[in-house]
This record gives sequence, structure tokens and C-alpha cells, in this order.
Amino acid sequence: MKRSHEPILWALFGAGGVVSALLGPVLILVTGILGPLAIGLPPDALGYPRALAFAQSLPGKVLLLAVISLFLFHAAHRIFHALHDVGVHGGPAGMVITYGGALAASFIAAGLLLTIGI
Amino acid sequence: MAQVRPYVRPMKGWWRRNPYFVRYMIREVSSVFVAIYALTLLVGLVRLTQGEAQYEAWRAALANPLSILFHGVAFLFLSYHAYTWWLVAPKTAPDLRIGKKPVPDRAISAGGWAATLGATIVVFCLVRWM
Repeated sequence: MKRSHEPILWALFGAGGVVSALLGPVLILVTGILGPLAIGLPPDALGYPRALAFAQSLPGKVLLLAVISLFLFHAAHRIFHALHDVGVHGGPAGMVITYGGALAASFIAAGLLLTIGI
Repeated sequence: MAQVRPYVRPMKGWWRRNPYFVRYMIREVSSVFVAIYALTLLVGLVRLTQGEAQYEAWRAALANPLSILFHGVAFLFLSYHAYTWWLVAPKTAPDLRIGKKPVPDRAISAGGWAATLGATIVVFCLVRWM
């Protein structure tokens, strides 16, 4: 019997849902609004030295990979199924674009975090 | 012979007919902002590996008013996602019990919302003071 890949994709969707529910609002607030406007944060809070040191630390690497990868798998799952709901039936090609895109971006992020040094 | 013409209920725009499904669609659309934000971070990581000038160019792009506007909208969608995620968490959570009594649905949701609020405060303080 052909085994379903749905449990794996749902687990990634669920993990991404939890991480984005916990960290999504504050990350967007910090990196997209307060940081660039330097409101409530020092102007160099997201500057090059700090960002590099963060990406070179083990907790930073884990967090960056988890956020980028799980956010994308979460979104891939929702976009794939929501498109079905509005009559766009992606099929295998749609899965390659959504889940495959999330997988490819995860590998790119992992590769960058491995080569950026420690 | 009479032709059989079964009535097929039209499905076009089905989700606009009921506020429940409109909220469902808003929730699903939040994932588009989740994806765009993750890709924005990935681009930032790429630029970070390329050097200081490239990374600072990425930061300058994020200070563009259109970028701020996008992140403002994305913040609202991500907040709605967090709200709905914990709202339905009782349906997906394992059977949680204190003693023999099942944990009420509202307590599970409230725990999730509190966790998001706590994580928000912790992350902001870490970025601000560490």
C-alpha cells in the first residue's frame, strides 16, 4: 500500500503554525517596523556586527533556520490547500512549487548558515 | 424524452456567502504574509553572507516606506494568525487532563495567547538590551 506523505507535511505545517504564532508578530515588529524606524530600539540593534554574530551563534543558526524553513512549510501547506478551496487544483505540479519551494529555501538557508562561520 | 438536467449548486465565490468562511479565507491568506516574510529574512541572510555593504543595503530597503507599510499589514495578518491558531488549538491538542478533568478549551486557547504575548515581550527585550 502506498503510504501517505500527508502526516509529514501536516507536522511541518503544524510546527510552522506554532512557531509563527509565537514569534511571527514580534519578529515582523522588530525587523520590519521598529528596527528600521529605530523606535524603541537602538539604531544598530539589527546592524551588521550584531546580525553577523547572531547568525554565527548556535542559537541564532537554529532560530533562523527554524523560522525560515517552518514558516515556509506552514505557508506552503495553507496556500496549496486554500488554492484547492477556490478551485485551483494544483496537483503534483502545485505540490512541487509549494512544498518543493519550501524545501529548496530550507536547504539554501541551511547552507548559508553552515558557511557563514561560527 | 425529457432531458435530465440535475441542478448543480454554483460554487463560485462560495466563501463570500458566509462570514465564517470569510474569516477562514482571511486566516488562510495570512500564510501568504508568513511566506513573504520568511523569504525577506532569507534574502537578508543571503546579503549577510555577502558582506557589510550588501547587508546594509538590505536594511536600507527595509526602511523604505513601502516596506514599512507591508510589514504593518503583515503584522496584522500574523497577529490574526496567532489569534486563530490558538483559537483552534483545543481541536488539535492531545487529550489534556488535570487529574481526571479535561482542560477546558478556553484554558488551552488562553495559554496559547499568553505564550505569544510572553514570547513577544522576551524577544523584544532580547533585541533591545542584549
